[in-house]
Amino acid sequence: MNNKKTKGLLTALPFLMPSIGGFLLISLIPILYSLALSLTSYSGLKGLDIFSAEFWQQNFVGLENYQKILSDSEFRDSLLHIGYFIILYIPLMMAASLGIATLLNKPRKGSVFFRVLFYIPVLTSWVAGAIIWRWVLDPQYGVLNDLLAKVGIQGPAWLQDGNWAMVGIVLASVWKDMGFYGLIFLGGLKNINPEYYEAAQMDGAGKTQKFFKITLPMLSPIIYFALVLSLINAFMIFAQVMIMTGGGPYGSTEVIVERIYNYAFHYHKMGYASALSWILFAIVFVLTFIQQKAQKKWVNYDA
Amino acid sequence: MMHKKSKNIFSTVRFYVFALIIGLMIAVPFYWMAITSLKTESAVLTYPIEWIPTQITLENYTELFSSFSFGRVVLNSCIVSVAYTLVALTSCCMAAFAFAKLPFRGRDTILRIFIATLMIPAQSTLVPLFMIFNGMGLTNSYFSVILPSLFRVTGIFMLVQNMKTIPNDFIDAARIDGASYFTILFRIIVPLLGPAVATVGIITFMDSWNEYLWPLVMLTDTDMMTLPVALSTLSGMYERNFGVQMAGSLISIIPIVIVFLAAQRKFKDGLSLGGIKG
Repeated sequence: MNNKKTKGLLTALPFLMPSIGGFLLISLIPILYSLALSLTSYSGLKGLDIFSAEFWQQNFVGLENYQKILSDSEFRDSLLHIGYFIILYIPLMMAASLGIATLLNKPRKGSVFFRVLFYIPVLTSWVAGAIIWRWVLDPQYGVLNDLLAKVGIQGPAWLQDGNWAMVGIVLASVWKDMGFYGLIFLGGLKNINPEYYEAAQMDGAGKTQKFFKITLPMLSPIIYFALVLSLINAFMIFAQVMIMTGGGPYGSTEVIVERIYNYAFHYHKMGYASALSWILFAIVFVLTFIQQKAQKKWVNYDA
Repeated sequence: MMHKKSKNIFSTVRFYVFALIIGLMIAVPFYWMAITSLKTESAVLTYPIEWIPTQITLENYTELFSSFSFGRVVLNSCIVSVAYTLVALTSCCMAAFAFAKLPFRGRDTILRIFIATLMIPAQSTLVPLFMIFNGMGLTNSYFSVILPSLFRVTGIFMLVQNMKTIPNDFIDAARIDGASYFTILFRIIVPLLGPAVATVGIITFMDSWNEYLWPLVMLTDTDMMTLPVALSTLSGMYERNFGVQMAGSLISIIPIVIVFLAAQRKFKDGLSLGGIKG
Protein backbone atom coordinates (compact mmCIF):
# COMPACT_ATOMS: atom_id res chain seq x y z
CA MET A 1 0.00 0.00 0.00
CA ASN A 2 2.73 2.41 1.03
CA ASN A 3 4.67 1.46 -2.00
CA LYS A 4 1.70 2.19 -4.22
CA LYS A 5 1.33 5.67 -2.75
CA THR A 6 5.00 6.43 -3.29
CA LYS A 7 4.65 5.33 -6.85
CA GLY A 8 1.60 7.56 -7.02
CA LEU A 9 3.83 10.51 -6.23
CA LEU A 10 5.91 9.79 -9.31
CA THR A 11 2.77 9.78 -11.46
CA ALA A 12 1.49 12.98 -9.87
CA LEU A 13 4.75 14.91 -9.91
CA PRO A 14 4.70 15.95 -13.58
CA PHE A 15 1.25 17.41 -13.02
CA LEU A 16 2.41 19.32 -9.98
CA MET A 17 5.66 20.61 -11.46
CA PRO A 18 4.39 23.95 -12.86
CA SER A 19 2.53 24.95 -9.73
CA ILE A 20 5.24 23.78 -7.34
CA GLY A 21 7.77 25.68 -9.44
CA GLY A 22 5.57 28.75 -9.27
CA PHE A 23 5.03 28.27 -5.55
CA LEU A 24 8.77 28.21 -4.90
CA LEU A 25 9.53 31.07 -7.27
CA ILE A 26 6.82 33.56 -6.38
CA SER A 27 5.77 32.56 -2.90
CA LEU A 28 8.11 30.59 -0.66
CA ILE A 29 11.52 31.90 -1.75
CA PRO A 30 10.42 35.57 -1.86
CA ILE A 31 8.80 35.53 1.56
CA LEU A 32 11.94 34.04 3.14
CA TYR A 33 14.13 36.36 1.10
CA SER A 34 12.03 39.23 2.34
CA LEU A 35 12.56 38.15 5.95
CA ALA A 36 16.33 38.09 5.40
CA LEU A 37 16.32 41.50 3.71
CA SER A 38 14.24 43.00 6.49
CA LEU A 39 17.21 42.46 8.84
CA THR A 40 19.51 44.55 6.66
CA SER A 41 20.02 48.13 5.63
CA TYR A 42 20.29 47.14 1.97
CA SER A 43 19.63 50.08 -0.35
CA GLY A 44 18.78 48.32 -3.58
CA LEU A 45 21.26 50.40 -5.54
CA LYS A 46 23.97 47.76 -5.75
CA GLY A 47 23.57 44.20 -6.90
CA LEU A 48 23.65 41.70 -4.08
CA ASP A 49 24.57 38.15 -3.27
CA ILE A 50 22.46 37.30 -0.30
CA PHE A 51 24.57 34.23 0.50
CA SER A 52 27.88 36.06 0.73
CA ALA A 53 29.37 36.83 4.12
CA GLU A 54 30.46 40.21 2.88
CA PHE A 55 26.89 41.29 2.24
CA TRP A 56 25.89 40.44 5.80
CA GLN A 57 28.95 42.11 7.29
CA GLN A 58 28.13 45.32 5.51
CA ASN A 59 24.36 45.40 5.83
CA PHE A 60 23.16 43.41 8.82
CA VAL A 61 21.29 45.60 11.31
CA GLY A 62 19.24 43.05 13.26
CA LEU A 63 15.79 44.23 14.26
CA GLU A 64 16.60 47.89 13.80
CA ASN A 65 14.19 48.34 10.89
CA TYR A 66 11.31 46.93 12.91
CA GLN A 67 12.17 49.11 15.89
CA LYS A 68 12.27 52.15 13.67
CA ILE A 69 8.94 51.33 12.04
CA LEU A 70 7.16 50.69 15.32
CA SER A 71 8.48 53.79 17.02
CA ASP A 72 8.05 56.02 13.98
CA SER A 73 5.01 58.26 13.76
CA GLU A 74 4.95 57.71 10.01
CA PHE A 75 3.90 54.08 10.34
CA ARG A 76 1.36 54.95 13.03
CA ASP A 77 -0.07 57.59 10.74
CA SER A 78 -0.38 55.21 7.83
CA LEU A 79 -2.33 52.85 10.09
CA LEU A 80 -4.52 55.74 11.22
CA HIS A 81 -5.22 56.64 7.60
CA ILE A 82 -6.22 53.07 6.89
CA GLY A 83 -8.39 53.08 10.02
CA TYR A 84 -10.11 56.23 8.80
CA PHE A 85 -10.60 54.61 5.41
CA ILE A 86 -12.12 51.50 7.03
CA ILE A 87 -14.52 53.45 9.24
CA LEU A 88 -15.95 55.30 6.25
CA TYR A 89 -15.64 52.63 3.60
CA ILE A 90 -17.01 49.48 5.22
CA PRO A 91 -20.41 50.80 6.38
CA LEU A 92 -20.99 52.63 3.09
CA MET A 93 -19.92 49.68 0.98
CA MET A 94 -21.95 47.19 3.04
CA ALA A 95 -25.10 49.31 2.85
CA ALA A 96 -24.70 49.91 -0.88
CA SER A 97 -24.00 46.29 -1.73
CA LEU A 98 -26.79 44.91 0.47
CA GLY A 99 -29.03 47.42 -1.28
CA ILE A 100 -27.91 46.16 -4.67
CA ALA A 101 -28.45 42.55 -3.65
CA THR A 102 -32.00 43.05 -2.36
CA LEU A 103 -32.76 45.15 -5.42
CA LEU A 104 -31.70 42.41 -7.83
CA ASN A 105 -33.04 39.47 -5.87
CA LYS A 106 -36.48 39.48 -7.46
CA PRO A 107 -36.21 38.97 -11.24
CA ARG A 108 -37.73 41.90 -13.08
CA LYS A 109 -37.61 43.40 -16.51
CA GLY A 110 -34.24 45.11 -16.75
CA SER A 111 -32.62 43.45 -13.76
CA VAL A 112 -30.05 41.75 -15.99
CA PHE A 113 -29.17 45.14 -17.42
CA PHE A 114 -28.70 46.61 -13.97
CA ARG A 115 -26.69 43.63 -12.83
CA VAL A 116 -24.24 44.12 -15.68
CA LEU A 117 -24.16 47.89 -15.13
CA PHE A 118 -23.42 47.49 -11.40
CA TYR A 119 -20.59 45.14 -12.28
CA ILE A 120 -18.78 47.37 -14.79
CA PRO A 121 -16.77 49.26 -12.13
CA VAL A 122 -15.58 45.86 -10.86
CA LEU A 123 -14.29 45.03 -14.34
CA THR A 124 -12.59 48.40 -14.63
CA SER A 125 -8.96 48.45 -13.57
CA TRP A 126 -8.22 50.43 -10.43
CA VAL A 127 -5.92 52.63 -12.46
CA ALA A 128 -8.66 53.66 -14.89
CA GLY A 129 -11.14 53.98 -12.01
CA ALA A 130 -8.79 56.21 -10.05
CA ILE A 131 -8.05 58.38 -13.09
CA ILE A 132 -11.78 58.81 -13.70
CA TRP A 133 -12.41 59.71 -10.07
CA ARG A 134 -9.57 62.17 -9.91
CA TRP A 135 -11.38 64.00 -12.68
CA VAL A 136 -14.85 63.52 -11.16
CA LEU A 137 -13.50 65.05 -7.92
CA ASP A 138 -11.73 67.96 -9.57
CA PRO A 139 -12.64 70.94 -7.35
CA GLN A 140 -13.14 73.39 -10.19
CA TYR A 141 -14.27 71.47 -13.25
CA GLY A 142 -15.28 68.14 -11.73
CA VAL A 143 -18.73 66.68 -12.08
CA LEU A 144 -19.34 66.01 -8.38
CA ASN A 145 -18.87 69.58 -7.23
CA ASP A 146 -21.02 70.72 -10.13
CA LEU A 147 -23.83 68.45 -8.96
CA LEU A 148 -23.36 69.59 -5.37
CA ALA A 149 -23.51 73.21 -6.49
CA LYS A 150 -26.84 72.48 -8.18
CA VAL A 151 -28.34 71.62 -4.79
CA GLY A 152 -26.65 74.59 -3.18
CA ILE A 153 -23.67 72.91 -1.56
CA GLN A 154 -20.20 74.30 -2.00
CA GLY A 155 -18.10 71.16 -2.49
CA PRO A 156 -14.68 70.81 -0.84
CA ALA A 157 -11.39 70.67 -2.76
CA TRP A 158 -11.49 66.88 -2.28
CA LEU A 159 -8.11 65.36 -3.19
CA GLN A 160 -6.31 68.65 -2.73
CA ASP A 161 -7.60 69.11 0.81
CA GLY A 162 -5.99 67.02 3.55
CA ASN A 163 -9.31 66.70 5.38
CA TRP A 164 -11.22 65.46 2.37
CA ALA A 165 -8.69 63.47 0.31
CA MET A 166 -9.39 60.19 2.09
CA VAL A 167 -13.14 60.75 1.78
CA GLY A 168 -12.63 61.08 -1.97
CA ILE A 169 -10.68 57.82 -2.04
CA VAL A 170 -13.48 56.15 -0.05
CA LEU A 171 -16.13 57.36 -2.51
CA ALA A 172 -14.16 55.96 -5.42
CA SER A 173 -13.62 52.67 -3.58
CA VAL A 174 -17.31 52.24 -2.73
CA TRP A 175 -18.19 52.97 -6.35
CA LYS A 176 -15.64 50.41 -7.51
CA ASP A 177 -16.49 47.61 -5.07
CA MET A 178 -20.23 47.74 -4.37
CA GLY A 179 -21.09 45.65 -7.43
CA PHE A 180 -18.60 42.99 -6.41
CA TYR A 181 -19.93 42.56 -2.88
CA GLY A 182 -23.47 43.15 -4.13
CA LEU A 183 -23.30 40.08 -6.35
CA ILE A 184 -21.75 38.04 -3.56
CA PHE A 185 -24.69 38.98 -1.32
CA LEU A 186 -27.10 38.27 -4.15
CA GLY A 187 -25.73 34.73 -4.33
CA GLY A 188 -26.38 34.43 -0.60
CA LEU A 189 -29.95 35.72 -0.89
CA LYS A 190 -30.72 33.25 -3.63
CA ASN A 191 -29.62 30.42 -1.37
CA ILE A 192 -32.10 31.24 1.40
CA ASN A 193 -34.88 28.69 1.49
CA PRO A 194 -38.13 30.49 0.54
CA GLU A 195 -40.04 28.33 3.03
CA TYR A 196 -38.68 30.47 5.86
CA TYR A 197 -40.37 33.53 4.38
CA GLU A 198 -43.60 31.64 3.76
CA ALA A 199 -43.65 30.46 7.35
CA ALA A 200 -42.97 33.97 8.61
CA GLN A 201 -45.68 35.29 6.31
CA MET A 202 -48.19 32.92 7.89
CA ASP A 203 -47.16 34.08 11.32
CA GLY A 204 -47.91 37.60 10.16
CA ALA A 205 -44.37 38.97 10.07
CA GLY A 206 -43.86 42.29 8.30
CA LYS A 207 -41.19 43.16 5.77
CA THR A 208 -38.80 44.74 8.25
CA GLN A 209 -39.24 41.85 10.62
CA LYS A 210 -38.50 39.36 7.85
CA PHE A 211 -35.38 41.27 6.91
CA PHE A 212 -33.98 41.37 10.43
CA LYS A 213 -35.19 37.97 11.59
CA ILE A 214 -34.55 35.90 8.46
CA THR A 215 -32.52 37.65 5.79
CA LEU A 216 -29.74 39.06 7.96
CA PRO A 217 -29.13 35.94 10.09
CA MET A 218 -29.23 33.70 7.05
CA LEU A 219 -26.84 35.99 5.25
CA SER A 220 -24.47 36.20 8.20
CA PRO A 221 -21.79 33.82 6.86
CA ILE A 222 -21.54 35.82 3.66
CA ILE A 223 -21.66 39.17 5.42
CA TYR A 224 -18.92 37.92 7.67
CA PHE A 225 -16.86 36.76 4.70
CA ALA A 226 -17.32 40.11 2.98
CA LEU A 227 -16.41 41.97 6.16
CA VAL A 228 -13.14 40.10 6.62
CA LEU A 229 -12.26 40.27 2.94
CA SER A 230 -12.88 44.00 2.76
CA LEU A 231 -10.96 44.55 5.99
CA ILE A 232 -7.93 42.66 4.67
CA ASN A 233 -8.16 44.47 1.35
CA ALA A 234 -8.31 47.81 3.14
CA PHE A 235 -4.81 47.22 4.48
CA MET A 236 -3.61 46.68 0.94
CA ILE A 237 -5.08 49.68 -0.88
CA PHE A 238 -2.54 51.02 -3.31
CA ALA A 239 -3.54 51.92 -6.87
CA GLN A 240 -6.28 54.35 -5.87
CA VAL A 241 -3.94 56.13 -3.44
CA MET A 242 -1.01 56.21 -5.86
CA ILE A 243 -3.05 57.70 -8.67
CA MET A 244 -5.56 59.87 -6.87
CA THR A 245 -3.28 61.52 -4.30
CA GLY A 246 0.16 59.89 -4.36
CA GLY A 247 -0.12 59.82 -0.56
CA GLY A 248 -0.72 63.55 -0.28
CA PRO A 249 -1.66 66.26 0.34
CA TYR A 250 1.01 66.57 3.06
CA GLY A 251 1.07 62.82 3.57
CA SER A 252 -2.57 62.72 4.67
CA THR A 253 -3.34 59.61 2.60
CA GLU A 254 -0.09 57.68 3.01
CA VAL A 255 -0.83 53.97 3.49
CA ILE A 256 1.27 50.84 4.05
CA VAL A 257 1.65 49.51 0.52
CA GLU A 258 2.32 52.98 -0.84
CA ARG A 259 5.07 53.31 1.79
CA ILE A 260 6.52 49.91 0.84
CA TYR A 261 6.59 50.89 -2.81
CA ASN A 262 8.16 54.27 -2.20
CA TYR A 263 10.77 53.03 0.26
CA ALA A 264 11.79 50.21 -2.06
CA PHE A 265 11.79 51.96 -5.40
CA HIS A 266 12.16 55.67 -4.72
CA TYR A 267 13.92 56.13 -1.37
CA HIS A 268 16.32 53.20 -1.94
CA LYS A 269 15.66 51.49 1.36
CA MET A 270 14.92 47.92 0.37
CA GLY A 271 15.68 46.60 3.85
CA TYR A 272 13.24 48.97 5.49
CA ALA A 273 10.61 48.22 2.83
CA SER A 274 11.03 44.49 3.48
CA ALA A 275 10.44 44.98 7.19
CA LEU A 276 7.27 46.92 6.35
CA SER A 277 6.25 44.03 4.07
CA TRP A 278 6.59 41.60 6.94
CA ILE A 279 4.50 43.78 9.20
CA LEU A 280 1.81 43.86 6.52
CA PHE A 281 2.04 40.07 6.28
CA ALA A 282 1.68 39.81 10.06
CA ILE A 283 -1.43 42.02 10.03
CA VAL A 284 -3.09 39.92 7.33
CA PHE A 285 -2.10 36.74 9.15
CA VAL A 286 -3.61 37.92 12.43
CA LEU A 287 -6.83 39.04 10.74
CA THR A 288 -7.19 35.67 9.02
CA PHE A 289 -6.51 33.88 12.28
CA ILE A 290 -9.11 35.90 14.17
CA GLN A 291 -11.54 35.21 11.37
CA GLN A 292 -11.06 31.45 11.69
CA LYS A 293 -11.62 31.61 15.44
CA ALA A 294 -14.52 34.02 15.52
CA GLN A 295 -16.33 32.40 12.65
CA LYS A 296 -17.31 29.40 14.73
CA LYS A 297 -18.72 31.61 17.45
CA TRP A 298 -21.51 33.60 15.96
CA VAL A 299 -22.01 32.84 12.31
CA ASN A 300 -25.05 30.84 11.33
CA TYR A 301 -24.24 28.12 8.84
CA ASP A 302 -27.51 26.28 8.40
CA ALA A 303 -29.04 28.24 5.55
CA MET B 1 -57.21 41.33 -5.25
CA MET B 2 -57.19 44.97 -6.23
CA HIS B 3 -55.16 45.74 -3.15
CA LYS B 4 -52.50 43.19 -4.13
CA LYS B 5 -52.19 44.66 -7.61
CA SER B 6 -51.58 48.20 -6.42
CA LYS B 7 -49.03 46.87 -3.96
CA ASN B 8 -47.22 45.16 -6.85
CA ILE B 9 -47.13 48.34 -8.88
CA PHE B 10 -45.76 50.16 -5.87
CA SER B 11 -42.93 47.66 -5.45
CA THR B 12 -42.14 47.75 -9.17
CA VAL B 13 -41.94 51.54 -9.11
CA ARG B 14 -39.74 51.38 -6.05
CA PHE B 15 -37.43 48.92 -7.80
CA TYR B 16 -36.94 51.19 -10.78
CA VAL B 17 -36.45 54.29 -8.65
CA PHE B 18 -33.70 52.68 -6.57
CA ALA B 19 -32.13 50.86 -9.52
CA LEU B 20 -32.03 54.16 -11.37
CA ILE B 21 -30.45 56.03 -8.46
CA ILE B 22 -27.69 53.44 -7.98
CA GLY B 23 -27.40 53.04 -11.74
CA LEU B 24 -26.83 56.78 -12.12
CA MET B 25 -24.25 56.81 -9.35
CA ILE B 26 -22.36 54.17 -11.27
CA ALA B 27 -22.97 55.46 -14.77
CA VAL B 28 -22.31 59.19 -14.31
CA PRO B 29 -18.52 58.81 -13.85
CA PHE B 30 -18.40 56.61 -16.97
CA TYR B 31 -20.50 59.09 -18.94
CA TRP B 32 -18.27 61.88 -17.69
CA MET B 33 -15.22 59.92 -18.85
CA ALA B 34 -16.70 59.23 -22.29
CA ILE B 35 -17.79 62.80 -23.05
CA THR B 36 -14.56 64.28 -21.70
CA SER B 37 -12.58 62.07 -24.06
CA LEU B 38 -14.53 63.55 -26.97
CA LYS B 39 -14.12 67.20 -26.00
CA THR B 40 -11.53 69.69 -27.16
CA GLU B 41 -8.94 70.67 -24.60
CA SER B 42 -10.52 74.05 -24.00
CA ALA B 43 -14.02 72.58 -23.64
CA VAL B 44 -12.80 70.17 -20.95
CA LEU B 45 -11.75 72.97 -18.63
CA THR B 46 -14.83 75.18 -18.75
CA TYR B 47 -17.24 76.25 -16.10
CA PRO B 48 -20.19 75.65 -15.97
CA ILE B 49 -19.39 72.21 -17.32
CA GLU B 50 -20.79 70.98 -20.61
CA TRP B 51 -22.99 67.96 -19.88
CA ILE B 52 -23.51 67.48 -23.58
CA PRO B 53 -20.42 68.37 -25.61
CA THR B 54 -21.10 71.13 -28.12
CA GLN B 55 -18.25 70.03 -30.35
CA ILE B 56 -17.10 66.45 -30.73
CA THR B 57 -13.49 65.74 -31.58
CA LEU B 58 -11.20 62.71 -31.76
CA GLU B 59 -8.07 64.77 -31.11
CA ASN B 60 -7.49 63.12 -27.71
CA TYR B 61 -7.42 59.71 -29.33
CA THR B 62 -5.05 60.74 -32.09
CA GLU B 63 -2.80 62.37 -29.50
CA LEU B 64 -2.79 59.13 -27.53
CA PHE B 65 -1.80 56.96 -30.45
CA SER B 66 0.66 59.35 -32.07
CA SER B 67 2.69 60.68 -29.17
CA PHE B 68 2.37 57.85 -26.66
CA SER B 69 2.46 54.75 -28.92
CA PHE B 70 -0.72 53.58 -27.26
CA GLY B 71 -1.24 50.95 -29.95
CA ARG B 72 1.84 49.17 -28.72
CA VAL B 73 0.55 49.38 -25.15
CA VAL B 74 -2.77 47.79 -26.10
CA LEU B 75 -0.89 45.05 -27.94
CA ASN B 76 1.33 44.43 -24.89
CA SER B 77 -1.72 44.07 -22.68
CA CYS B 78 -3.31 41.59 -25.10
CA ILE B 79 -0.17 39.46 -25.37
CA VAL B 80 0.47 39.44 -21.63
CA SER B 81 -3.12 38.72 -20.59
CA VAL B 82 -3.68 35.95 -23.13
CA ALA B 83 -0.36 34.25 -22.33
CA TYR B 84 -0.91 34.70 -18.61
CA THR B 85 -4.36 33.12 -18.81
CA LEU B 86 -3.25 30.17 -20.94
CA VAL B 87 -0.28 29.37 -18.70
CA ALA B 88 -2.38 29.76 -15.55
CA LEU B 89 -5.14 27.51 -16.88
CA THR B 90 -2.69 24.80 -17.92
CA SER B 91 -0.88 24.89 -14.61
CA CYS B 92 -4.11 25.02 -12.56
CA CYS B 93 -5.77 22.16 -14.48
CA MET B 94 -2.71 19.96 -14.10
CA ALA B 95 -2.35 20.60 -10.38
CA ALA B 96 -6.07 20.24 -9.77
CA PHE B 97 -6.06 16.91 -11.57
CA ALA B 98 -3.28 15.62 -9.34
CA PHE B 99 -5.06 16.80 -6.19
CA ALA B 100 -8.49 15.56 -7.20
CA LYS B 101 -7.79 12.32 -9.01
CA LEU B 102 -4.32 10.95 -8.33
CA PRO B 103 -3.65 9.28 -4.98
CA PHE B 104 -0.18 10.05 -3.68
CA ARG B 105 1.62 10.52 -0.43
CA GLY B 106 1.49 14.07 0.94
CA ARG B 107 -1.40 15.15 -1.26
CA ASP B 108 -3.40 16.86 1.46
CA THR B 109 -0.31 18.44 2.98
CA ILE B 110 0.76 20.01 -0.30
CA LEU B 111 -2.74 21.31 -1.00
CA ARG B 112 -2.92 22.72 2.52
CA ILE B 113 0.40 24.52 2.07
CA PHE B 114 -0.81 25.94 -1.24
CA ILE B 115 -3.99 27.24 0.35
CA ALA B 116 -2.04 28.70 3.26
CA THR B 117 -0.11 30.92 0.81
CA LEU B 118 -3.34 32.84 0.23
CA MET B 119 -2.48 34.56 3.48
CA ILE B 120 0.69 36.04 1.99
CA PRO B 121 -0.25 39.33 0.36
CA ALA B 122 1.43 39.84 -3.02
CA GLN B 123 2.52 43.22 -1.70
CA SER B 124 4.64 41.49 0.94
CA THR B 125 6.76 39.66 -1.61
CA LEU B 126 7.10 42.62 -3.96
CA VAL B 127 10.62 43.66 -3.00
CA PRO B 128 12.38 40.25 -3.05
CA LEU B 129 10.47 39.15 -6.11
CA PHE B 130 11.73 42.23 -7.88
CA MET B 131 15.29 41.45 -6.77
CA ILE B 132 15.01 37.86 -8.01
CA PHE B 133 13.48 38.76 -11.38
CA ASN B 134 15.86 41.65 -11.84
CA GLY B 135 18.74 39.29 -11.11
CA MET B 136 17.43 36.94 -13.78
CA GLY B 137 17.49 39.83 -16.24
CA LEU B 138 13.73 39.82 -16.68
CA THR B 139 13.12 43.54 -16.25
CA ASN B 140 11.12 44.94 -19.15
CA SER B 141 10.21 41.53 -20.54
CA TYR B 142 6.84 39.88 -21.03
CA PHE B 143 8.15 36.92 -19.05
CA SER B 144 8.40 38.96 -15.88
CA VAL B 145 4.65 39.53 -15.76
CA ILE B 146 3.62 36.16 -17.22
CA LEU B 147 5.67 33.86 -14.96
CA PRO B 148 3.63 34.47 -11.78
CA SER B 149 0.69 32.83 -13.58
CA LEU B 150 2.24 29.44 -12.81
CA PHE B 151 0.91 29.60 -9.28
CA ARG B 152 -2.71 30.67 -8.82
CA VAL B 153 -4.15 28.98 -5.78
CA THR B 154 -7.74 30.12 -6.18
CA GLY B 155 -7.82 28.64 -9.66
CA ILE B 156 -6.41 25.33 -8.45
CA PHE B 157 -8.83 25.24 -5.55
CA MET B 158 -11.91 25.92 -7.68
CA LEU B 159 -10.91 23.29 -10.22
CA VAL B 160 -10.19 20.69 -7.52
CA GLN B 161 -13.72 21.17 -6.20
CA ASN B 162 -15.15 20.70 -9.67
CA MET B 163 -12.96 17.77 -10.71
CA LYS B 164 -13.98 15.82 -7.63
CA THR B 165 -17.53 15.71 -9.01
CA ILE B 166 -16.39 13.78 -12.09
CA PRO B 167 -16.82 10.01 -11.53
CA ASN B 168 -13.64 7.96 -11.49
CA ASP B 169 -15.26 5.54 -13.96
CA PHE B 170 -14.43 7.93 -16.79
CA ILE B 171 -10.76 7.80 -15.89
CA ASP B 172 -10.68 4.05 -15.27
CA ALA B 173 -12.36 3.34 -18.59
CA ALA B 174 -9.90 5.54 -20.44
CA ARG B 175 -6.98 3.92 -18.61
CA ILE B 176 -8.14 0.51 -19.78
CA ASP B 177 -8.21 1.85 -23.32
CA GLY B 178 -4.57 2.77 -22.83
CA ALA B 179 -4.89 6.56 -22.52
CA SER B 180 -2.21 8.40 -20.56
CA TYR B 181 -3.18 10.67 -17.67
CA PHE B 182 -2.27 13.70 -19.77
CA THR B 183 -4.63 12.62 -22.51
CA ILE B 184 -7.34 11.93 -19.95
CA LEU B 185 -6.93 15.34 -18.39
CA PHE B 186 -6.91 17.43 -21.55
CA ARG B 187 -9.18 15.30 -23.75
CA ILE B 188 -11.79 14.15 -21.27
CA ILE B 189 -11.78 16.08 -18.02
CA VAL B 190 -11.15 19.63 -19.20
CA PRO B 191 -13.90 19.46 -21.87
CA LEU B 192 -16.28 18.02 -19.27
CA LEU B 193 -15.51 20.95 -16.97
CA GLY B 194 -15.99 23.55 -19.71
CA PRO B 195 -17.95 26.14 -17.70
CA ALA B 196 -15.75 25.89 -14.61
CA VAL B 197 -12.58 26.19 -16.67
CA ALA B 198 -14.08 29.13 -18.54
CA THR B 199 -14.95 30.84 -15.26
CA VAL B 200 -11.44 30.43 -13.92
CA GLY B 201 -10.12 31.64 -17.28
CA ILE B 202 -12.19 34.82 -17.29
CA ILE B 203 -11.32 35.69 -13.70
CA THR B 204 -7.64 35.11 -14.47
CA PHE B 205 -7.83 37.21 -17.61
CA MET B 206 -9.49 40.07 -15.73
CA ASP B 207 -6.90 39.98 -12.97
CA SER B 208 -4.08 39.99 -15.46
CA TRP B 209 -5.58 42.74 -17.63
CA ASN B 210 -6.04 45.01 -14.62
CA GLU B 211 -2.91 44.13 -12.63
CA TYR B 212 -0.99 47.23 -11.66
CA LEU B 213 1.62 46.97 -8.91
CA TRP B 214 3.74 44.12 -10.30
CA PRO B 215 3.89 45.38 -13.91
CA LEU B 216 4.57 48.87 -12.54
CA VAL B 217 7.71 47.52 -10.91
CA MET B 218 8.85 45.30 -13.78
CA LEU B 219 7.89 47.27 -16.91
CA THR B 220 9.50 50.69 -16.96
CA ASP B 221 10.11 50.96 -20.69
CA THR B 222 7.19 52.69 -22.45
CA ASP B 223 7.27 50.12 -25.25
CA MET B 224 6.79 47.25 -22.84
CA MET B 225 4.12 48.73 -20.57
CA THR B 226 0.70 47.19 -20.13
CA LEU B 227 -2.40 49.39 -20.06
CA PRO B 228 -2.63 50.13 -16.32
CA VAL B 229 1.06 51.05 -16.11
CA ALA B 230 0.85 53.19 -19.24
CA LEU B 231 -2.29 54.91 -17.93
CA SER B 232 -0.64 55.80 -14.66
CA THR B 233 2.38 57.16 -16.52
CA LEU B 234 -0.01 59.08 -18.75
CA SER B 235 -1.82 60.60 -15.79
CA GLY B 236 1.51 61.97 -14.58
CA MET B 237 2.58 63.27 -17.99
CA TYR B 238 -0.71 64.88 -18.96
CA GLU B 239 -1.56 66.05 -15.51
CA ARG B 240 -4.25 68.58 -16.46
CA ASN B 241 -5.07 67.18 -19.88
CA PHE B 242 -8.03 65.13 -18.80
CA GLY B 243 -9.25 64.51 -22.35
CA VAL B 244 -6.26 62.30 -23.16
CA GLN B 245 -6.44 60.51 -19.81
CA MET B 246 -10.13 59.75 -20.27
CA ALA B 247 -9.55 58.47 -23.80
CA GLY B 248 -6.90 56.09 -22.50
CA SER B 249 -9.11 54.91 -19.63
CA LEU B 250 -12.03 54.26 -21.97
CA ILE B 251 -9.82 52.20 -24.28
CA SER B 252 -8.63 50.11 -21.35
CA ILE B 253 -12.17 49.39 -20.14
CA ILE B 254 -13.90 48.45 -23.40
CA PRO B 255 -12.10 45.14 -24.16
CA ILE B 256 -12.62 43.72 -20.69
CA VAL B 257 -16.32 44.62 -20.72
CA ILE B 258 -16.70 42.92 -24.12
CA VAL B 259 -14.92 39.78 -22.90
CA PHE B 260 -17.11 39.77 -19.82
CA LEU B 261 -20.36 40.18 -21.74
CA ALA B 262 -19.38 37.49 -24.22
CA ALA B 263 -18.45 35.07 -21.45
CA GLN B 264 -21.24 35.93 -19.04
CA ARG B 265 -23.55 33.10 -20.04
CA LYS B 266 -20.71 30.64 -19.62
CA PHE B 267 -20.18 31.51 -15.99
CA LYS B 268 -20.94 28.65 -13.72
CA ASP B 269 -22.77 29.50 -10.50
CA GLY B 270 -22.73 33.17 -11.34
CA LEU B 271 -20.06 35.69 -10.64
CA SER B 272 -19.67 35.19 -6.95
CA LEU B 273 -17.03 32.56 -7.61
CA GLY B 274 -14.54 35.33 -8.18
CA GLY B 275 -14.67 35.94 -4.44
CA ILE B 276 -11.03 35.77 -3.61
CA LYS B 277 -8.08 37.12 -5.48
CA GLY B 278 -4.77 35.39 -5.58
